Amino acid sequence: MSAAAVPKLEFSQGDRVHVKDMTPPNHHRTPWYIKGRRGVVLEFIGMYVNSETRAHGDSGMPELPMYRVEFEQTHLWFDYTESPSDKLWIDLYEHWLERDE
Amino acid sequence: MPAVHDRGGWPTDDPIDREEHEWADWERQTQSLRTVLDSKGFMNVDELRRGIESIDPAEYETSTYFERWSASIETMLVEKGVLTPKEIDDRAKALRDRWGYPS
Amino acid sequence: MDDQESYLMSEDKDRDGFFDTGWRPSRDVHRDEDGRPHDHPGVREDVVLGVRASRALAMHELLVEKGVIGEGEVDEVIEAWSKRVPSNGATLVAKAWSDPEFRTRLLEHPKETVIESGFVPEHGADIIVLENTPEVQHMVVCTLCSCYPTQLLGPPPDWYKSFSYRSRAVTEPRAVMSEFGLELDEETEVRVVDSNSELRFLVIPRRPDGTDNWSEEQLATLVNRNSMIGVAAATEPGTD
Repeated sequence: MSAAAVPKLEFSQGDRVHVKDMTPPNHHRTPWYIKGRRGVVLEFIGMYVNSETRAHGDSGMPELPMYRVEFEQTHLWFDYTESPSDKLWIDLYEHWLERDE
Repeated sequence: MPAVHDRGGWPTDDPIDREEHEWADWERQTQSLRTVLDSKGFMNVDELRRGIESIDPAEYETSTYFERWSASIETMLVEKGVLTPKEIDDRAKALRDRWGYPS
Repeated sequence: MDDQESYLMSEDKDRDGFFDTGWRPSRDVHRDEDGRPHDHPGVREDVVLGVRASRALAMHELLVEKGVIGEGEVDEVIEAWSKRVPSNGATLVAKAWSDPEFRTRLLEHPKETVIESGFVPEHGADIIVLENTPEVQHMVVCTLCSCYPTQLLGPPPDWYKSFSYRSRAVTEPRAVMSEFGLELDEETEVRVVDSNSELRFLVIPRRPDGTDNWSEEQLATLVNRNSMIGVAAATEPGTD
């Protein structure tokens, strides 16, 4: 994680967000099952190299803000039969998230 | 349809097969080759993943883990002009002949 | 023989899921004069060399010839990998179980604490430590590939990289855990962590009962690899 000053962050802990439902042609680490889904921001986890551009020969700079987001499993899978208290955590770049009002 | 590598939630009833295979020497070499190439700026981990994700889906599903690495390393080295497919074809054949494997 | 080696050679390591990676230290890597690879342990004449395997070895040979990489560089890295073993993670977990101050530091400053403990973090990766409690059970998966805290657990087992685990860990984690012998009640929250970024996750499993005065060394023998992924419980004392 970079020691550079953290820029203004779009999201903070507790924000209700949804994941953009897009499939860009470049490498990205946002799984299909999370796209378009609603979750809650747990925390800003730091600034990370942009793997989406670094996968294609770019330096991956500047680093991008990343958040850990929590999803309810019953909201991800229509047929989720295990416990209603179960969750899923995943790390997402800021540009994948949109605020839910 | 999700991309072939994007496996979360794919329908399957398969139990988890917990048997582990003995690593082959070529697999160790391949894993470590990727690290060496990274240290020299030829192939970072994102490129490794991108290369694996670009494998033909039928091949992705039927190959082993390090076979996919081999495919990705080849994609990157060819893309960057370090090796040509023909050089690799010829040398792979030569190795198999040298060691007595069927062509 | 140092502690790591004696650990690797010991019988204690063969707990369920602990050391069944098929990985062996590479001290005895050897090849024919003409470069033909041999497999471990001993020579495996029956090993089939597939197309991709041949091409991987061809690339290695070409790269050395062209001076792109040095002749012994791959072997050096293979040797370095032999230090990545599950006992690394087990050592940290046992210490966290024994020492509340260490536990706090490990949870709050994981990367620094891992480095202080003498383990070299994977290049470019950050480590996060997740603690299992009666209220929460963490389970780690990489649905997209195979991301895993190799510096603390060694290379990931085949099952972790399998399509079935990558698929089912997110849709039915409890069923998966059940296959690994772990049953949880409905009140415990199961938290699946999809390891899709540069962060790598180590799970501190719950400390088994009946271990009150155990030394860290003894406790470490209960910390099986699968429990540090979160699919299984730590080994109960007195079980094989």
